[in-house]
Amino acid sequence: MEWVAGKKENMKRTLLEIGVILGGVFAITTLILVVAGAPPMQAFYHLIAGSIGSWLKVAQVLMGWIPLCLCACGLVYSFRIGLWNIGVEGQVVAGAVAATFVLRLGVEAGSPGVMLVLAFFGGLLGGSLWAIIAGFLKIKGGVNEIFGGLGMNFVAQGITLWLIFGPWKRPGVASMSGTELFPTNLWLPSIASLRLSPTGLGLTIAVLLVTAWVLSRTRLGLALKGIGNNPRAAYLHGLKPNRYIIIAMGLAGGCAGLAGTFQVTGVYHRLIPAISSNYGYLALLVVMLANYRIGIAPAIAFFFVCLNVGGIQLPMMLQLDSSLSGIIQGICVLTALLVYSWRRKRTITEE
Amino acid sequence: MGIILRDIHKRYGMVHANKGITIEIAEGSIHGILGENGAGKSTLMKILAGYVRKTSGTIFINNKPVEYREPSEATRLGIGMLYQDPLDFPPLSTLENFMMGRCSGLFAKEAMHRRQLQELADAFNFQLDPNRPVRDLTVGERQQLELLRLLALGVEVLILDEPTTGITSRQRHLLFEALRKLADQKKSILFVSHKLEDVELLCDKVTVLREGRVSGEMDRPYETGTLLQWMFGVPPAPPPCPEGRKGKISLALENVSAPGGRAGLRECTARIHEGEVVGLAGLAGSGQDVFLRVAAGLNKPREGSIHIGGHDMVGRDYHAFKAKGVTFLPTARLEEGLIPGLTITEHLALQHGQGIQVLWNEAVREATERIGRFRIVGRPSSTPESLSGGNQQRLLLALIPENPTILLLENPTRGLDMESVRWVWQQLISYAVKGTSIIFSSAELDEIVQVADRVLVFFNGVVVKDVRACDTNLSDLGQAIAGKV
Repeated sequence: MEWVAGKKENMKRTLLEIGVILGGVFAITTLILVVAGAPPMQAFYHLIAGSIGSWLKVAQVLMGWIPLCLCACGLVYSFRIGLWNIGVEGQVVAGAVAATFVLRLGVEAGSPGVMLVLAFFGGLLGGSLWAIIAGFLKIKGGVNEIFGGLGMNFVAQGITLWLIFGPWKRPGVASMSGTELFPTNLWLPSIASLRLSPTGLGLTIAVLLVTAWVLSRTRLGLALKGIGNNPRAAYLHGLKPNRYIIIAMGLAGGCAGLAGTFQVTGVYHRLIPAISSNYGYLALLVVMLANYRIGIAPAIAFFFVCLNVGGIQLPMMLQLDSSLSGIIQGICVLTALLVYSWRRKRTITEE
Repeated sequence: MGIILRDIHKRYGMVHANKGITIEIAEGSIHGILGENGAGKSTLMKILAGYVRKTSGTIFINNKPVEYREPSEATRLGIGMLYQDPLDFPPLSTLENFMMGRCSGLFAKEAMHRRQLQELADAFNFQLDPNRPVRDLTVGERQQLELLRLLALGVEVLILDEPTTGITSRQRHLLFEALRKLADQKKSILFVSHKLEDVELLCDKVTVLREGRVSGEMDRPYETGTLLQWMFGVPPAPPPCPEGRKGKISLALENVSAPGGRAGLRECTARIHEGEVVGLAGLAGSGQDVFLRVAAGLNKPREGSIHIGGHDMVGRDYHAFKAKGVTFLPTARLEEGLIPGLTITEHLALQHGQGIQVLWNEAVREATERIGRFRIVGRPSSTPESLSGGNQQRLLLALIPENPTILLLENPTRGLDMESVRWVWQQLISYAVKGTSIIFSSAELDEIVQVADRVLVFFNGVVVKDVRACDTNLSDLGQAIAGKV
């Protein structure tokens, strides 16, 4: 029964770590607020009330949680094979552009339901393609995926702006507010009173479940893990690392592309310059904080969006800048990384 | 400067690398340290250079006991070491490398260093371009640069670890000239080598190490037979020659040349039969490693042909070789052989099976069975980095697929204790009995002579000897390894 005790020990350790992280974040944030001359308790109150204080607020949080979670799912694939997919941001944008392309065709055609489904497939493909380009740059050109991805982000952003101010501009005047709104029959259906999209929610939960299943139960998941931990040995065990890099990038980009599609169909109902809302970058933080595991990523994503949504209240109520949420998110990740490296050191010395 | 090492011990965990070594090095002499791989030479020299801390014992400089803990302290005392792999900065230029660690004050004084480098190089007839990046230099040139750097640091005692491996004969000639000149200037030289030939040519005195102890000391003129006996011990009686139980040819290399390692592999021709156990002998990096990797499809040959079971394999990758029943077990177990972070169960699940899903229950059952059969001290959920070296090797063996046709093993028993070595060979020989060809490299000549049917000796990338194990002995092999055929 040695391993049962081991598991209990592990649980205790994880809980302790989470406690340390949360305590640290709380303490540092309080300190910052005190230095800034703001009442800390009131700030925390507004953060909470502004994010989960009413059903409407919760719905608002969930609408942000959907794309953030989708990006996080994608990143778990790329992290599993050991890649830093910074390009996730561009993949969201590429997905959004592809979805917009499909929906523009749908304005003329009938059957809006079919066009919406096609838009999601388009977004999936667009994001995938964008990520696969970064993957090929890596395996064929030796370009580190971080640099390749970052470059592709700028390209995606550039293309978006060109489309908004060029071929896809509003009749009459092009503007930063984006392309023309789609007719409402091309909007993702939502519960009117809450402005919450059950389809988006269902899709996200499905993607979460599939991701968890792929990673833990399938040969593909095992191969990604093997290559991520030691590509040379994985090759000797009969795996082709380059092939799996492309697969992992394709899956990562696909998830990000879905997030982009949701931003277009469910949130903005058009293409805007800041279509990604930086959820790609934020998802990197979420996954790092989740220690690259899919299990707790949704909870962390929820927490992060709460901070974002709640932060909107701060300037109105306390004349504080809403960037406080960003600061708290940053502190979370840094504290977590510290705790994780502390754990690694401890296990090494124990051996 | 005279050096005395007295009763030096070094333990690395269970391994006792130096077991009470006492050596006296006279001022102005070239002192050879001879011994096979793992005899404790490098450890002893690294202790003297301050790179490794001794467990016990005393070092005397000019009859005064000294203590130091860092290479920089040793350098200050006048002891410098030229490592087997030069410790330099490849992207920097020759001049910048020369200046490294010698600049004091605010300014680099490049012109002064440039002049000094030129003067030193001229004194030894070294031709070094100060502006060339070090990564473009040959091993020999990097060695020359490092030598000059140490001299400029004011080193009085110079340690050279296997300095003639991987350099041209002209560079070797220049090096020996330089060392003689330095000895004339009252500097003491410690020359560490496997190569009898070099030691006999250069050294005034030689100390032979074997299994962490001094096994003998000799002044010029040398008696080669005695030196070899000191190096390899008294040869055990050769095993009886088995009847040639030769099967079909499983692996055929024809005139294969391939890059890799220090020496690469040059025009190698070899035919290996089913059920044959072939040992590859030679100094580390003499071509055995490249041979194994070429035979596994991991290194692409520049020219020549490879056939496995009659199939032409040129241009195919390792996975094609694997499909023909070739299994390669690397010496770097955690770096190449196993995947840290993956459990034993996961390793087995990776090995085989079709379909989308992993059948975890089956994998766990299989892992439990293999752990028992291969006597691995671990659980199905253990990761390889938590296992000892011996158990990592057992795990590698447990992962060999059913009925391999050719097993290629890089130093399969390195770092294992006697009992594990015996057990590993029991397992491997049982494959050979079933018709698998086994080709392995080893730094232990005893091991090769004991288990192999046939020995290929590599020197500088070439197979210089191909004999049945029963037709040779340790001293013949020792000579062949040192390049004397």
